[in-house]
This record gives sequence, C-alpha cells and structure tokens, in this order.
Amino acid sequence: MSDFLRSYLSVLIFGAAAVGMVGMMLGMGSLLRPTRPQAQKYIAYESGVDPVGTGWSQSQVRYYIFALLFVMFDVEAVFIFPWAVRLEAFGVFGLVEMIIFIVILALGLVYAWRKGVLRWA
Amino acid sequence: MSWMLGLDLTAYWATTTIKVLVVLSLIPAGAIILGYVFLLKMMSWMQSRMGPMEAGPRGSLQLVADGVKFMQKEDIFPARADRFVFAAAPIVVLMSTFLLYIVIPAGPRLIVEDLDTGIFFALAVSSLSVLGILMAGWSSANKYSLIGALRAAGQLIAYELPLVLAVVGVVVQAGTMSLQGIVHAQADGEIFGTGLIGNPYILTQFVGFVVFLAAAQAELTQTPFDMPVAESELVAGYMTEYTGFRFLFFFMGEFGTAFAFSAIGATLFLGGWYVPGVEGTLADILGPFVLGAKIMSIAFLIFWIRFSYPRFREDQLQAFAWKYLIPISLVNIMVTGILKVVL
Repeated sequence: MSDFLRSYLSVLIFGAAAVGMVGMMLGMGSLLRPTRPQAQKYIAYESGVDPVGTGWSQSQVRYYIFALLFVMFDVEAVFIFPWAVRLEAFGVFGLVEMIIFIVILALGLVYAWRKGVLRWA
Repeated sequence: MSWMLGLDLTAYWATTTIKVLVVLSLIPAGAIILGYVFLLKMMSWMQSRMGPMEAGPRGSLQLVADGVKFMQKEDIFPARADRFVFAAAPIVVLMSTFLLYIVIPAGPRLIVEDLDTGIFFALAVSSLSVLGILMAGWSSANKYSLIGALRAAGQLIAYELPLVLAVVGVVVQAGTMSLQGIVHAQADGEIFGTGLIGNPYILTQFVGFVVFLAAAQAELTQTPFDMPVAESELVAGYMTEYTGFRFLFFFMGEFGTAFAFSAIGATLFLGGWYVPGVEGTLADILGPFVLGAKIMSIAFLIFWIRFSYPRFREDQLQAFAWKYLIPISLVNIMVTGILKVVL
C-alpha cells in the first residue's frame, strides 16, 4: 500500500470512529432513557396546534439560479487550487492564463447581476 | 498484511487508536469550552447578567449537566418521519466535524495525518454537513424543519465560495495546500525585512482573513447568518423534531465545527502552533497551548460578532455573498498572484 493510500486509510478509520461514537452514545442512552409511548408524542411539532397538511408542503425554491452560479464558481475553485500551488513554477505565463480564466468567469457573474438574477423579487 | 502497509502494524494501530481517542475527546471538550466561555459566560457579561452559576465553580459544569440531562430524554421519531434518513442525518453532520480534525496540526509532529491536499480536504469535508442538514430537514416531515433545511442549503452553498476563494490567497503565498506546510511557510517567511516573527499571513492576506471570517461565520450559522435556525421564526429549524442525544449530536457538530474552523483560521492566518525560536520536542509541547490561545482569539471574534449584530434578511444574505465577498476574493487572488510572480 502506498503512502498516499495509507494516509487516506486514517480518513476511513476516522469516519468509522465517528459512526462508532454515535452508536456507543445512543446505546448508552438506551439503557438510561425512559420509553413511554403515547400517540400524541409522535405528531409533527407545529407550535402546539395540530399539523396542517403533510410535512412536505411545497415551498418556493428561489435558490436554483444561485445553485447554477455556485456550480460554475465551484468548478473554477477546483481549477484554481492546483494553479495556486504551482504558481512559482509557471511564472508570468501561468499568471496571465489564470487572470484570463478568472475574468471570463467574473463576466458570467456580471451578466447574471445585470440580468437581475441576484435580486430577490 | 504488514508488508502491504510497509510498516510495523502494531505501531500503526497503536498510534491510530491514540489519535482517534484524542480527537474523540477533543470534539466534546472543544464544544464545551466554546459553549461555556463564549455562549454562556461572555454573552451573559455583554448583557449585564451572570449566566449559569450553580453547576460547578461559576457554572463551569453547566454543559456537562446538560449533556447528562439529554442522556435521560426519550428518543422520539415522529410518526411520519423517514426513519432511516432521520437517524442517519446527525451521523453525517458529526462525521463531517470529525474528519475536519484530521488535517489540523498542533505541533511539528502532532497531526493525525498530514495530507498533501490539507486545506482542500478540510473545505471539502466541511461542506458534507450541508447534506446532513438537508437529510434532517427533509426526513422530519415537519414544515419548520424543511424551511430551515432549505435556508441552510442556500446559505451554505453561497458562503462556501468566498470561504474557498479566500483560502486560495494563502495557498498562492505558501505554495502548498498541506496545513503543516503552510505553518512552516509562515515560520520561514519574512516581513518588513525581518524574519523575527516569521510572516503570519494575517499581515499580507488581511483581505483574505476578513473574507474567511465572514464566510466561516455563515458556514457555522452564527447569528448575523442564523436564518436556518432562527428561533423566533422556525423554532429550531432543521433540528425541531430531534430529541435527546440526537439533538446533542447537532449541538456538538455545530460547536465542534466552530472549534475546528477557528483552528483552521489560526493555522492559515496566525501562524498555527509556531512559536518563534522554538523547535523540536519543545515545539510539540508548547504547540497545542499556542494554537489553543489563537483558537480562542478567533472564536472570540466569531462570537463577538454573533452577539452584536441582528439577523440578515435572506436577500441581504445572498447579496452580501455574491455582490461583495466573491468579487473581493477574486480580486484578492489576482493581486496575490501578481505580487507573488513580480516580487
């Protein structure tokens, strides 16, 4: 197993340990906590009155444009990181290339801005 | 199997077990320290009251008592909830907190695993918690939970970007993504023609630091950005239907992540565990204390802002991220890049 994989083995172990801790605490809790089932306890909480309709009521999602913008810039961020690490080696060439890349993506943001996408109306 | 790992297997499992146990105790400890010092005591003093005084000396065991209380609470699954997802959601949130601690160095050798992708890994893992929050909100079958979860998702993805982009400036300066490497780069750096204190990046990356702090505040859903859990509107947002320990996991996740983000901020911008002139074993001994002091100062800033400002409206919140923080951090990256190449 290479060093690379071994260092990520710790990540796996830590993820498992988190699940283990939750399981252990819940197990410990189940020994201590009471269980007195009553039908009213399992009704969804809506500030004390009986819930109206289902819990999954339709709600307006205004975020989907933001989600599209997010994907655009998140991909940009993924490309920027390797560049940032190796900038010293790339020198002026790498700098100019990345500035062009950032400016093109920033134009996208400016376009969305001018189109009124960022307004909350 | 030891030939596959290429090292002494017993030693590997021994150190890994110790590391797991240290981090396991660090998360509740960090959550209790931040919760007691800032949430209970500092807020009380800012509001001219005493805060908890009964449990332990000056109320210092209040949160331990709360934890014991949570342990005795009945475990309630709402009748219409999606049971599996409902149970899995706090685990996802806690796991994201847990994985953050892997890459944070507390000394030259005090680090769980010095991944090459260090800070990138931390940012990627921290965004996992959005998934847990959405799972919690959706599976609860409760309108408050659903609205809270949608708000949280919108906010966390909007502030993910400034957070990531603010860090790029530091990566450009240090030339590495490993957090240990970033600490060393700051220790070896020079500023104002002297290498006496190294070069803490808060001096050269001050814009990045401010953007990072604002974005971290939003990622932690602390008050100016606490729309997702706004008590006066949504009871407790996505946590409304959770009781007892399952609620406690969300609480631990929130404050454990606040502790980890403060540690990452301290490492990126304040020089981490490094003390000028101290090396080797002594640095391993002093490191955790130095890092701890820096964590507390960054956490102080976060909670100071939390107690001082009223809540943002949803449109102000999105506009602040997209119209101010993201353009500022893009300019910051370009300026840092130009200065790095020219100088």
